[in-house]
Amino acid sequence: MTKVFIPQDMVAVACGADELAAQVQQQANESGVEITLVRNGSRGLLWLEPLVEVEQGDQRVSLGQVDADDVSSLIRAIADGDLSQHPKFLGDIEQHDYFKCQQRLTFKRAGLADPVCLESYRANGGYAGLTRALAMSPQEIVDEVKESGLRGRGGAAFPTGIKWQTVLDTAGEQKYITCNADEGDSGTFADRLLMEADPYQLIEGMTIAGVAVGATEGFIYLRSEYPLAHRLLDIAIERAQNQGWLGKDIQGSGHDFQLEVRLGAGAYICGEETSMLESLEGKRGMVRSKPPLPAIEGFLASPTVVNNVLTLAAVTTVLAEGAEHYQNFGMGRSRGTMPMQLAGNIKHGGLVELAFGMSLRELVDNIGGGTASGRPVRAIQVGGPLGAYLPESQWDTPLDYESFAAIQAMLGHGGVVVFDDSVDMSLQARFAMEFCAEESCGKCTPCRIGSVRGVEVIDRIRSGTERANNLSLLHDLCDTMEYGSLCAMGGMTPFPVRSAVSHFPEDFGAENLAAGEQQVKSSAEEVTH
Amino acid sequence: MSEDTKQLQQVEAIVQQMHGRKGALLPILHAIKDALGCVPPAAVPIIAKGLNLSRAEVHGVISFYHDFKTEPGGENLVQLCRAEACQAMGARELETHVESSLGIGIGETTADGKISLEPVYCLGNCACSPSVAINQKVYARVDAARFDELIAELGRAAS
Repeated sequence: MTKVFIPQDMVAVACGADELAAQVQQQANESGVEITLVRNGSRGLLWLEPLVEVEQGDQRVSLGQVDADDVSSLIRAIADGDLSQHPKFLGDIEQHDYFKCQQRLTFKRAGLADPVCLESYRANGGYAGLTRALAMSPQEIVDEVKESGLRGRGGAAFPTGIKWQTVLDTAGEQKYITCNADEGDSGTFADRLLMEADPYQLIEGMTIAGVAVGATEGFIYLRSEYPLAHRLLDIAIERAQNQGWLGKDIQGSGHDFQLEVRLGAGAYICGEETSMLESLEGKRGMVRSKPPLPAIEGFLASPTVVNNVLTLAAVTTVLAEGAEHYQNFGMGRSRGTMPMQLAGNIKHGGLVELAFGMSLRELVDNIGGGTASGRPVRAIQVGGPLGAYLPESQWDTPLDYESFAAIQAMLGHGGVVVFDDSVDMSLQARFAMEFCAEESCGKCTPCRIGSVRGVEVIDRIRSGTERANNLSLLHDLCDTMEYGSLCAMGGMTPFPVRSAVSHFPEDFGAENLAAGEQQVKSSAEEVTH
Repeated sequence: MSEDTKQLQQVEAIVQQMHGRKGALLPILHAIKDALGCVPPAAVPIIAKGLNLSRAEVHGVISFYHDFKTEPGGENLVQLCRAEACQAMGARELETHVESSLGIGIGETTADGKISLEPVYCLGNCACSPSVAINQKVYARVDAARFDELIAELGRAAS
């Protein structure tokens, strides 16, 4: 029996996978070639989409960037039982250089099978983590997560086990597990890819969290831009429920956990945890002041775990393989693996799950293959719209939380957006302010007003009006936003702005430059003193 | 029965069915949007009553989120991604082309009511930028020529 895998992942579909799947099925029928078509998730080698895989006997081979013109030759090759002569043939995708250099823990199952097939999930190691957790005490589960060194993959990198401990230790009639799936950072798509390729892993991770802290209800706060993930999660939740992996008395353990997907409504700020909680409660997504921490007073003022998709997914590996196994990946205080996402002007864009520690240059040049345009890389923005733009001198920074913090940058959610030498960095700085103005919740003044003023000041710099004075004003404004804002939105918008100004000063006007820089430095010094 | 009355009955039914859920307002607004294409102002008092909120509170939530519109948009929704990964692949140039080829700016609807053009900040297709979504379906690596092709297909599908 021949199985043909064509991903239903959003990127594959954006590259024509639906039309391709229909053509493959139709031509196979017409030629009397018997195939079973499986709509799997993506393997993460996104520039190769639609990536078709063909399984015959114990062999599974792949073909990349398959289009309508390839269908008849593909069907012939399937009938002959030999795909190796097909012009799009890539061989076993797991032997591909892009795949082989990765350490896939969270994404080990991505793209293997129909994402909502619970039997496939279990056959490939799924629910081993929860099964083990159900035999442990809550404190033992929390200890295991602590020991693994896992830190929040959403961006803030807070130790997951410590957060869970707080929720476990806080008394409350009803506790909640909430998953932040409001993946709004440009250049990031790992949450989406996971939910579209392996949704049970997230469900399992949330169930483990529920058992660990004593929460019986969970919500996945999903951005509305991800309709496929929504559909797949709903199906997966229903099936897990039917098979006794969710709901009452999970697998006879006495533990209850019910789960529901809630849709966001197109507000970037709702990726901030307290804003997300407000939104879940049915309110405007206004950021809350902390304390109280959500772990103590979160959803409906109850003790609440708020974790990112990738964090909750990683927990399944920690429990299934043990804390030590997970700990063994990574460097320094950044343990385990980080799913990096190569995006923007990049030849080989996709998902690259790596143990912490590789340099940014290696990731972009060796794995990513440089720019798509073929021009030299000029700037790399890591960590989404609130992350710094890094110039070449910083590309040898190892990918770990502390190394990035040391250069006033952040790893964030692992998005890497590459720009070639045609980029105008003053426009990028302007966009950072513009985006903040557009998406600010409006609660605190530095963010709400500062971002609007930021756009105006950058416009004056760009037009050459009192450049030096306006550069100095821009830095003052950045200080105000950084130190005066309530959350990371206003507090970190200065990161891309400052990095653009200090690393790419030539884009902010050559004349008066020295004077401008002088003032920039002195204003920075004032703050540190 | 007038169209408006029918719509309000739908709103009533949705509120009735969903008001008991925790944090029910967003799911209710989504359900109304899915059924009616927008959240009409006349729905506000019904929702407010059903959830024991003030009309101002309901209005405040509707106006906070980009997804909730108070009037129906054009027949087709075209969303252009304006975020960084797409910028790195020419989204700004694409935006200029789109505006001139459709003859409208971002946030506007064509005079014949066929197309509404909206910005979006990331569709999650950042490895194959620039991205455009037409009626929720995402298209990858869209340049000016591809965009015109997609719009032409839309016209053919309608006729």
